[in-house]
Amino acid sequence: MTPQVTLAGVGKTFPAGRVTPALHALGPLDLALRQGEFFAVVGPSGCGKSTLLEIIAGLARPTTGTASFEGQPIVDEAPDGIGVVFQEDASLPWLDVAGNVAFGLRRSGLPQAERDRRVRDVLKLVGLADFANTYPAQLSGGMRQRVCIARTLVMQPRLILLDEPFGALDQQTRLLMGDELLRMWRETRATVFLITHALDEATMLADRIGVMSARPGRLIDVVETGWPRERDSRIVEDPGFGVITARLWKSLREESLKTIGRTMPRGDGDA
Amino acid sequence: MSRTHGGRNALVLVAALFAFWQVVYWIVGDTALSSPLDTLAYTAKLVASENFGMHLFDTMRAFAIAFALSVAIGLAVGFWLGFDRLSGDVLEPMIVTVYAIPKLTLYPILLLAFGLGLSAKVAFGVLHGVIPIILFTLAAVRSTKPILLKTGHIMKLSRLQMIRWILFPAAVPEIFTGLRVGFSLTLIGSLLAEMFASQRGLGYLLMTGIGLHNIEQVMAVTLLIVVFAAAVSTILLQIDRRLHRNARNL
Amino acid sequence: MKRLVVYRIAVVAGLIALLEVLCLAGVIDKITMQAPHLIARDLWRLLASGKMNGAIAKTLGNTLLALLFAVGAGVIAGALLHRRRALRDTLDPLFATYYAVPVFAFYPFFIVVFGLGDLPQILIAFMLGVVAMIVNTLNGLDRVPTVLLKTARILRLGPVDTALSVTLPSAGPYLLTGVKLAVAYAFIGIIGSEFILSRGGIGYEINFAYTNFDNATMYPLIVLILLASIAINTVLSRWERTLLARRGAR
Repeated sequence: MTPQVTLAGVGKTFPAGRVTPALHALGPLDLALRQGEFFAVVGPSGCGKSTLLEIIAGLARPTTGTASFEGQPIVDEAPDGIGVVFQEDASLPWLDVAGNVAFGLRRSGLPQAERDRRVRDVLKLVGLADFANTYPAQLSGGMRQRVCIARTLVMQPRLILLDEPFGALDQQTRLLMGDELLRMWRETRATVFLITHALDEATMLADRIGVMSARPGRLIDVVETGWPRERDSRIVEDPGFGVITARLWKSLREESLKTIGRTMPRGDGDA
Repeated sequence: MSRTHGGRNALVLVAALFAFWQVVYWIVGDTALSSPLDTLAYTAKLVASENFGMHLFDTMRAFAIAFALSVAIGLAVGFWLGFDRLSGDVLEPMIVTVYAIPKLTLYPILLLAFGLGLSAKVAFGVLHGVIPIILFTLAAVRSTKPILLKTGHIMKLSRLQMIRWILFPAAVPEIFTGLRVGFSLTLIGSLLAEMFASQRGLGYLLMTGIGLHNIEQVMAVTLLIVVFAAAVSTILLQIDRRLHRNARNL
Repeated sequence: MKRLVVYRIAVVAGLIALLEVLCLAGVIDKITMQAPHLIARDLWRLLASGKMNGAIAKTLGNTLLALLFAVGAGVIAGALLHRRRALRDTLDPLFATYYAVPVFAFYPFFIVVFGLGDLPQILIAFMLGVVAMIVNTLNGLDRVPTVLLKTARILRLGPVDTALSVTLPSAGPYLLTGVKLAVAYAFIGIIGSEFILSRGGIGYEINFAYTNFDNATMYPLIVLILLASIAINTVLSRWERTLLARRGAR
């Protein structure tokens, strides 16, 4: 089966500015995403994870290599069928929740009745049906992120990119939001590409996990979790959970230390 | 923006303004405008003339008194409203509204109350300048970080000591901004007053220039005022930025 | 919140009462000012007679004109400058020191060039208001969160659609602040110019009444201006607060 997203030799170097030198941020790396899978990416800070996501979303152009979505090359404009949820709160403060979600259908060309129906359905899906007329300022951080997720889902994207969407939330809320995300993934059957710095989150949620090196970010490992599709946060009880997380950390620890600027201490004893 | 860029930008701007002035002069002609060079020449002549010193002194004296009063009253009221929660909450919006009133309309009242001359000029200057000082000082006191206040209490400082050693130094950058704005507005206020209430001073020279259709005088005096105001304001702005930068680095 | 409003009304009422007492007791003589209740009566008579309607219309009309130009030009200039970093940095010193310069100093010059009509006043009012609008437009555009602009790109909104449906609402409250300032400045510019030198308008009438010792006309007119500017400022502030309240901290 042809992959939905193909990255071949993709790399990004930011040109030198007035006072800053050129920055080789990413790659080269190869990646293929299968239709309908849940793929997570972990890596040390600054390794280019967000740049990678922006390239797939069409927000940034790679300096080397090619990126394609459903067989079409990704150029500057965001391809149709891709939705993005950012780390920062992207809710529009001047619209209420329903207005925010409907905003996603601006360019859809759908008749008003169909738009209203989709908005209602999606609000039910994310659990915000009772808050349709509330303003984002009155909601908690987690609920605001749900509004952004709803706005993305209302377009019925085939690929959903999420850049550390739960980064600003506390741990318990993160775990619950993870369950929510899995539920929405199953119901929409979309492909999900999630960037996170939390290893347990990646292990819990994903079918496959890509581990990135320190900058310039390259894929140094891809781990298959092999979880069943019907899963939730209680997967932490599975003995495989600890094994996978340990494997991720083993690859990641060295890269993280590089980022902080120290080398591996001698005699640390790898098992 | 680095220091060199800032200086270069200002020079480019001044050069552009002079060029613009020259072009307008070419379009509009001699009857309505005086060219940059002619104006500069007249300014030099004016400054050297015997009466100029007297006029300048008059303006500066009114302004200095007005500013001193603005600062004294402004700081006092600002601190009071900053400390006294209730008074501050009640009066602050009202003072902000006074800011928006065209104070020139209150001018006749001041003239009736103070008569022509120095008092009216000072009063008008104070009326303009005291308000920003009050508002900025109030805001400065209100926004003092609670942790600083707690530290003072733990050290068992008296109210006066708190002000002297903790509150005032922390509030300086914000207060300075108020003083800077107050400076500009006091100058504007006393100059405006001078245009009517006086037989002496730069504002008076401006009005006689209009009356006698002496374009060069009008432009020369305008130039002097603008250069003075802009120069001082820029210096104060640099100090202001330095103070805020240092405060942020704490 | 309501308690504060009551206190404010009490303060204003108290001041008026104080004035009333001082006037009736003769501490403030009749030549300087008549008692507040007489001012109110004179104001009522003035408005009822319709004598000032022409002047009011002229002043308000010119203010509105100047305001529209200032806001329009300010927003457009702000939007253009926002994209041209170099030009914006060059003009920055001008914006920073602009309100330190007595813009009224240019009024005589405008009269000389354009003659004594409405245009010099409108130009002064425009000059006063436009920079406030530009600065606040720039501020508003600066504060549009990048993530919202990225969202607009993901949703494939064209540049005009992005500007109207994302940038404009996001910068809205700051634009409103600019409009609020522009209104105050336009008012100040027109009335001040009318007061200094003019052929009509409320400012002119106040000056005329003053020179003719006509307190019965002068004070009501001054009060009228005060009430008008307070009313407009309050309405705009209320609107600004509503916009911000709905959005919470953002």
